Amino acid sequence: MKYSYYPGCTLKNKAQDLDMYARRAAVALGFELEEIPEWQCCGGVYPMGSDEIATKLSSVRALNYAKEHGQDLITLCSACHHVLKRVNDDMKNVADISDRANNYMGLDEPYKGETTVVHFLEVLRDRIGFDEIAKKVVNPLTGKKIGAYYGCLVLRPGKILEFDDPEDPKIMEDFIRALGAEPVIYPYRNECCGAYSSLKEGGVSQERTKLIFDSSEGFGADMLITACPLCMYNLNKSEADSKVPVYYFTELLAEALGVKEGNS
Amino acid sequence: MTKQEIEKKVELIREISGCDPYKCMKCGKCSGSCPAFNEMDVKPHQFASYIINGDIESLVNSKSLWKCLTCLACIERCPRNVQPGKLIDAARQLVERERGGDYLQAEDIPALLDEDVPQQLLVSAYRRYRR
Repeated sequence: MKYSYYPGCTLKNKAQDLDMYARRAAVALGFELEEIPEWQCCGGVYPMGSDEIATKLSSVRALNYAKEHGQDLITLCSACHHVLKRVNDDMKNVADISDRANNYMGLDEPYKGETTVVHFLEVLRDRIGFDEIAKKVVNPLTGKKIGAYYGCLVLRPGKILEFDDPEDPKIMEDFIRALGAEPVIYPYRNECCGAYSSLKEGGVSQERTKLIFDSSEGFGADMLITACPLCMYNLNKSEADSKVPVYYFTELLAEALGVKEGNS
Repeated sequence: MTKQEIEKKVELIREISGCDPYKCMKCGKCSGSCPAFNEMDVKPHQFASYIINGDIESLVNSKSLWKCLTCLACIERCPRNVQPGKLIDAARQLVERERGGDYLQAEDIPALLDEDVPQQLLVSAYRRYRR
C-alpha cells in the first residue's frame, strides 16, 4: 500500500530520527511512504478561529494533493496530524470554512475533505495490525517497562481526532506490547507537557514535565515514548530528578524490527 | 470602552469562537483540568462570566490570553460545549488583530533559542503569540 506522506518541518530538522526510523519500519512492514512534494508547514497549532482561512490553506494543499493521487495521507508528528486532521474535518463538515478556502484555492474540483488522514500509529493498528507486527519482531524488547506519553494533540478533541479514547487511550500500550515490552499506565500520560510556553516561559514546562516523570517513574516506567517533537524537547529539557530516557516510538519500532541500523 | 464597543467585542468573541458563553454552568471542570491554571489571572471557568458581564476590558488585558497552552483539555471535558479554550482564543485574536497586539517579537527570538529548539516550537509560538 502506498501513502502520501506529510513529514512536516520538524522531521526535516530537529526530529530527523522520528522520520528516519519510520521510513525504515515502513519498508520492513511493507507499506510505502511517498512524500508529498512541496508540502508546506502546517503552522504547528490548529487555528481555532471560525474565520481563520489563510492559516488553514497549507493543510488544504497537502490534503488535496493526496486526493488527486488517490492516496490516504499519513502523518507522524503529533502537531501535523492534529492540524491536518482538523482542517480536513473543516473542509468536510464546516461549509463556511470549506467554501471560503475553496474560493481562495480555485481548484478545478473543489476540495471537500475527501482525503483520509491517518497517523502512522493508526496504520500500525488498523492497516497492518499489532498481531502482524508482533510476528515480524526480531529483537523483542523483553523486560522493558515503557510508559506511553501521548500528550494532547493526537487525542483531543476526541470526536474529531478519532484516534483513541482521549481519557483512556490504549493504542500506544498495544504498540508497546507488540514489540514485546511491558506498557506502564500512569496518570499523566495524556496531560500537557507545557507545549510552546517553553520558548518564553520555561517554568510551566518544568512543572509539567516533573509531574509527567514523577508519575511515570512512580508507576515503574524505565523509559517513555512519544510521537511529538515538542513533547520530546520539553521532556529532554526537564530538570526533574526522576527523569527516564525518552524515545520516539518509531525508534523502538525500528529496533524491534531489526532495521534500526538502516540495513533495509 | 463604550457600551457599543463592548457589545461589538462580545459579538466578535462569540463569532470567532463559535461558542455560547451562556451555556456555562460553572462546574469548574475546565479549571480543574487546566495545566496553566496557576499562571492565569482570569481562570478558565470565569471566561464565560467575563463575556456575559461585558467585562471585555479585563479579559483582553488578562495574562490568561498568553498562558493557555492549547492542550484542549477544557475543550474535551466541557459538559456544556462552552469550550473555554475557544473563548480565550477568540479574546486573544481580538488583541492580536490590532496593531501592537503581539506577545512575541521576531527580534526577541535569537536570544530564546538553544541548539535543540524544534521548528515545531517556533511555528507554534508564532501562531499563538503573534499575528
